[in-house]
Amino acid sequence: MISYQKRSKEELAKRVAQDIHDGAYVNLGIGQPTLVANHIPAGREVILQSENGILGMGPAPAAGSEDYDLINAGKQPVTLLAGGAYFHHADSFAMMRGGHLDICVLGAFQVSATGDLANWSTGEPVAIPAVGGAMDLAIGAKQTWVMMDLLTKQGASKIVSQCTYPLTGIGCVKRIYSDLATLACTPQGLQLIDMVDGLDHAELERLVGLPIQA
Amino acid sequence: MINKIADSVAQALAGVKDGATVLIGGFGTAGIPDELIDGLIAHGARDLTIVNNNAGNGEQGIAALLKAGQVRKIICSFPRQADSYVFDELYRSGKLELELVPQGNLAERVRAAGAGIGAFFCPTAYGTELAKGKETREINGKHYVLEYPIYGDVALVKADKGDRWGNLTYRMSARNFGPVMATAAKTTIATVHEVVELGALDPEAIVTPGVYVSHVVKIARVATQAGGFKKSA
Repeated sequence: MISYQKRSKEELAKRVAQDIHDGAYVNLGIGQPTLVANHIPAGREVILQSENGILGMGPAPAAGSEDYDLINAGKQPVTLLAGGAYFHHADSFAMMRGGHLDICVLGAFQVSATGDLANWSTGEPVAIPAVGGAMDLAIGAKQTWVMMDLLTKQGASKIVSQCTYPLTGIGCVKRIYSDLATLACTPQGLQLIDMVDGLDHAELERLVGLPIQA
Repeated sequence: MINKIADSVAQALAGVKDGATVLIGGFGTAGIPDELIDGLIAHGARDLTIVNNNAGNGEQGIAALLKAGQVRKIICSFPRQADSYVFDELYRSGKLELELVPQGNLAERVRAAGAGIGAFFCPTAYGTELAKGKETREINGKHYVLEYPIYGDVALVKADKGDRWGNLTYRMSARNFGPVMATAAKTTIATVHEVVELGALDPEAIVTPGVYVSHVVKIARVATQAGGFKKSA
């Protein structure tokens, strides 16, 4: 009998943060990836970039001292650390696209075994389309990591052989941090980095439905 | 003598024509030149193409301009917001054309227009729906998509301080698209909270040099309001 516990959202954020090296320049996507900022191990200096022109972004301000001229990509008020800088949008995306950021952490609807990413649209014809910086972020940083639940609410794997949702980028995801396992995406397919206690390799492959190199 | 300080928003906007492409700075609600947008509504120019990262919040600013029926097309990266219902309804009923552009491409296409670049190859969106029908090229083993500039007839920008030559500084992340859009339009109009004497702005800190700016209008300093984000569940 296999018995294991999923990583909670906070545990997953902590797992991602563990792999962010001292001195890294990092962009954390909107939603779950922003939690990673709370778990950077003590002693590591990590500099956060926000697509709307901030480097050295700090935490949310205390209640009452919000300044809505200083917001993050999710339009939430933030602060600037000592040493932080502001720049305009073309510079911000040049920084990203030019490969100057070490890591970008994004959410995803689907990721293929070779690192194709789908995270901007579910392709429903009635939905209002919106892409924001998703496509620029996906291909810009030295490494793009995805942070997501491994399975949909219906139990289907979000890691697929080919994305069925509209693509954000091709072959751009290097690692998937999920609630059950951490995997690398390579041109040859998935490689196991780690998995939660109690889960075994055969069961993980069964859940994902794809071969995973140990 | 050069004096770009306009007496009023109405005076600065007097030359805007029907059918104009209007670049509007701002991301979320930071850096949105609300006073100039209100002025554009009062001015009444129609059949406009609006370029902004978003497509309006609530019923103010760009949302109000859309609601007034003055906009034919919007070029933006992220129209869907928690409070973008004015856009949503016009788009769904086919009354508003949308060109959806990845955010970095939006910024770089505007930059290219201001910098005299005819077109550029960009890796963003290669192989996706948003690159469909566009010319592509492989350069040194990487795939790129050909992107064209976005030129403005008018740029509306919210700055912080300015002088009579049109030099501008900005405030925090309200800078966002402002300095790029200021370079890309035939006429650039900036609001400032303070008009200062020539020489008062530190030349090392001027973000937009006056050459890009046509008119500067002083507005009251009002705190930017929240908007555009999803309330946490």
